[in-house]
Amino acid sequence: MTASRAGRHLHGGRLTYAVLAVFTALSLFPLVWTAIAASRDNTRLAETPPPLWFGSNLFRNLEIAWTDANMGEALVNTAVVASVTAAGTVLLATLAGFALAKLRFRLRGAVLALTLGTMMVPPQLGVVPMYMAVAELGWTDRLQAVILPSLVSAFGVFFMRQYLIQALPGELIEAARMDGASSVRIIWHIVFPVARPAMAVLGMLTFVQAWNDFFWPIIALTQNGNPTVQVALTGLGRGYIPDQSVIMAGALLGTLPLLLVFTLFGKQIVGGIMQGAIKG
Amino acid sequence: MSPPTGTAPPAAGTPGVSPPAPVPAGPDAAELRRRARRSRRYRRDLRWSPYAFVAPFLLFFLAFGLFPLLYTGWASLHRVELTDPTHMEWVGLRNYTRLWDDEFFWNALRNTLTIGIISTVPQLAMALGLAHLLNYRLRASTFWRVAVLTPYATSIAAATLVFALLFGRDYGMINWVLGQLGVDAVDWQNGHWSAQLAVSTIVIWRWTGYNALIYLAAMQAVPRDLYESAALDGASRWQQFRHVTIPSLRPTILFTAVVSTIGATQLFGEPLLFSGSAGATGGSDHQYQTLGLYLYEQGWINLHLGRASAIAWAMFLILLLIAAVNWLIARRLRKSQ
Repeated sequence: MTASRAGRHLHGGRLTYAVLAVFTALSLFPLVWTAIAASRDNTRLAETPPPLWFGSNLFRNLEIAWTDANMGEALVNTAVVASVTAAGTVLLATLAGFALAKLRFRLRGAVLALTLGTMMVPPQLGVVPMYMAVAELGWTDRLQAVILPSLVSAFGVFFMRQYLIQALPGELIEAARMDGASSVRIIWHIVFPVARPAMAVLGMLTFVQAWNDFFWPIIALTQNGNPTVQVALTGLGRGYIPDQSVIMAGALLGTLPLLLVFTLFGKQIVGGIMQGAIKG
Repeated sequence: MSPPTGTAPPAAGTPGVSPPAPVPAGPDAAELRRRARRSRRYRRDLRWSPYAFVAPFLLFFLAFGLFPLLYTGWASLHRVELTDPTHMEWVGLRNYTRLWDDEFFWNALRNTLTIGIISTVPQLAMALGLAHLLNYRLRASTFWRVAVLTPYATSIAAATLVFALLFGRDYGMINWVLGQLGVDAVDWQNGHWSAQLAVSTIVIWRWTGYNALIYLAAMQAVPRDLYESAALDGASRWQQFRHVTIPSLRPTILFTAVVSTIGATQLFGEPLLFSGSAGATGGSDHQYQTLGLYLYEQGWINLHLGRASAIAWAMFLILLLIAAVNWLIARRLRKSQ
């Protein structure tokens, strides 16, 4: 950002940093405390004052959560669900977003209106027939029951469309057409490379969302069948294993992979959310 | 964009340019046929490829988005039980009339409303203030932004389980801190307002940073000269925030309000897990049972899928109402500008 004397680009004062520090502490404390509680044992958690520093039981608790609560399998399942969902969503959204941004066809207005109109309808409203379909197909406890419905992302289509409208010059496509490139070649050699930054952002956002998805997985998957992390955590929370420190170990296991993603790609994710916000 | 409609058979190198006059042999018949075929294929490609690109999304959308929504409406007019979901018995509007007489439905609606308000309003207000701070030029600005966004990466389940422990009545951290300040222990799980407040806290914790970033993006798009002229007129920082930033952010604020409202109508995981034993009832006295939770209880605990569908459609109607109100407000705002 270039220098400016305008009011909003003043340096933050000490008070600004102090408030931000407090807010950051409040944001991070529950996560740190999850780790603290996971490293203790149940009896220590039922004492006052509550523990404020790490104990020595972390690995024991992680192991119990891993084996007894199916967390190992759940983590693998969640990784599969989140990756496939992210990849599939990005692919579908890029293709549709490109068509809606740059191609002319008769149904364009209708498809766009349909996409925008339903962007705000929560998927919750369709769970009953989706469950009936899943039961009918024998997909209960199968991962595809969770993956396939979440490939629909109206937000993703809109996001890619807005990005491609400004990032992909129409002349580039015309020139390729003049050279006789087929649409498939244009997608592969022009659209995908140009769209890559937006695809990465959408992929990460979708990954986070799919990892944390809760309502539909808990209906389509059972705790003893093929759970995702969130479903397995539900079982822990309901007291199949009443040990609070083990529950916290499970919560930690379910959160760590995403925290890792955040540490590595936090800047890009922040940029993506802000970008999506401006255009959304 | 005007596609060259078939006039340019894509012969390598010189598309559309007629070959120079003294061509020794000229393209033979086979070559001509090949060109015609290629040109036809090219036209077909131009005409149909947009549909091919939209089709995969559209198919999934119709199958998993639109169809379930409409079919839910259909199912809500039937008696359907989870034990035999393919057996549907027509009952007309009975599921709806029963909802109308059902005090738990109204209770859930009220709870959704109050929890929605006490989670959305402070959340957005704090996000606005936070965005204002993040908009100053800061050392390590990326760090602050990532840090405030981190709760967004935490799942509802993990966050709720941690907060349930922090909000514990006897040994919870929050009551301990309150005790240090001389405040009596609060029964967060079993109280009415206290439980709703605690559930709202989880929502606020997870989403404030996210909304702050959305506001920050909008703030950075405000033209600088607005601030410059305000500063020249002697406006203080607070006045600039009040009279330049807030009005410029109005559409964004409206947008986040709508999104948060929709999120609030769907509230499910937090009340489900907040108290380990209560589960789908939303507290010992249904004191924080939301519509989402009630839908789940009716459908998957009490096994009445038809009634669950009616709840879903009631939620849908409420959302339409919100959308209409939002549209009216937006129009009013646009007129006043």
